[in-house]
Amino acid sequence: MGTIVFFIFAILAIAAAWGVVTSKNIVHSAFYLALSFSGVAVLYVLMNADFLAAVQLLVYTGAVSIMVVFAVMLTLRGDVCDSNPENRKAGWGALISALVFVVIALVIYTNPDWRVLASPWTSGGTAQDLSLLMLTQYMIPFEAAAVLLTVALAGAVILAKGVKGNK
Amino acid sequence: MNFTNLSVGLTTYLLVGAMLFCLGLYGVFSKRNIIAVLMSIELMLNAVNINFVAFNRFVWNQKVDIHYILTGHVAALFVIVVAAAEIAVGLALVITIYRNRHSTNVDEFNWLKW
Repeated sequence: MGTIVFFIFAILAIAAAWGVVTSKNIVHSAFYLALSFSGVAVLYVLMNADFLAAVQLLVYTGAVSIMVVFAVMLTLRGDVCDSNPENRKAGWGALISALVFVVIALVIYTNPDWRVLASPWTSGGTAQDLSLLMLTQYMIPFEAAAVLLTVALAGAVILAKGVKGNK
Repeated sequence: MNFTNLSVGLTTYLLVGAMLFCLGLYGVFSKRNIIAVLMSIELMLNAVNINFVAFNRFVWNQKVDIHYILTGHVAALFVIVVAAAEIAVGLALVITIYRNRHSTNVDEFNWLKW
């Protein structure tokens, strides 16, 4: 059961990622991106990371994809059917990324430590467990992440809108 | 939910992550639209998250202190936070550049070259 679900959604995520990088229409790319994020969220559920799956759906599928679609809408000019072209070095890019994939796959398959199956999972992964960890052990990075998000969002607004009354 | 009869091993999850990462890498190398490049970067960050969660799921033992078992989840959460900040600032930059240059083609963004 778990195996069938895994392969369905892993293939869905990878096929959607393939659609992101090969689609000629950037709006289709954005929607494929949302599909790929959703497939990855199901993989998180299969790995007993329930809270992370929910965060993935909320942040990536919900927020990031919509922001990408809005940015596409604000910057689109010309024909939408040819809005996502490839540059002249695409062949080299394909070659290099294929080589990187081969190397990573060789490393994965030749490492005997990683040839493990899942042992029964007993230690949660819910928001309660994660919040316990984030508010004790990782409190400083947690606060730093909060500051980073605030600064990044204020900076994004200032960059996109500009400061009024200046100059 | 507890999928105790999970028979897919760690290598399969890592391979899925590697495939997503390399597709994102290809997108970064080959796309001409800067928003497509940002989307490919998001794909790569997702692949890294899959690796974090997979290692956390498969390589753990019960002897470890309970407070350290979910470290991979926390790392994935921080990656998600940084990715959200990155896409927000990146898209704001894209819109600003588009307003000044009327283009989203990364091949034309060469005005720092002399």
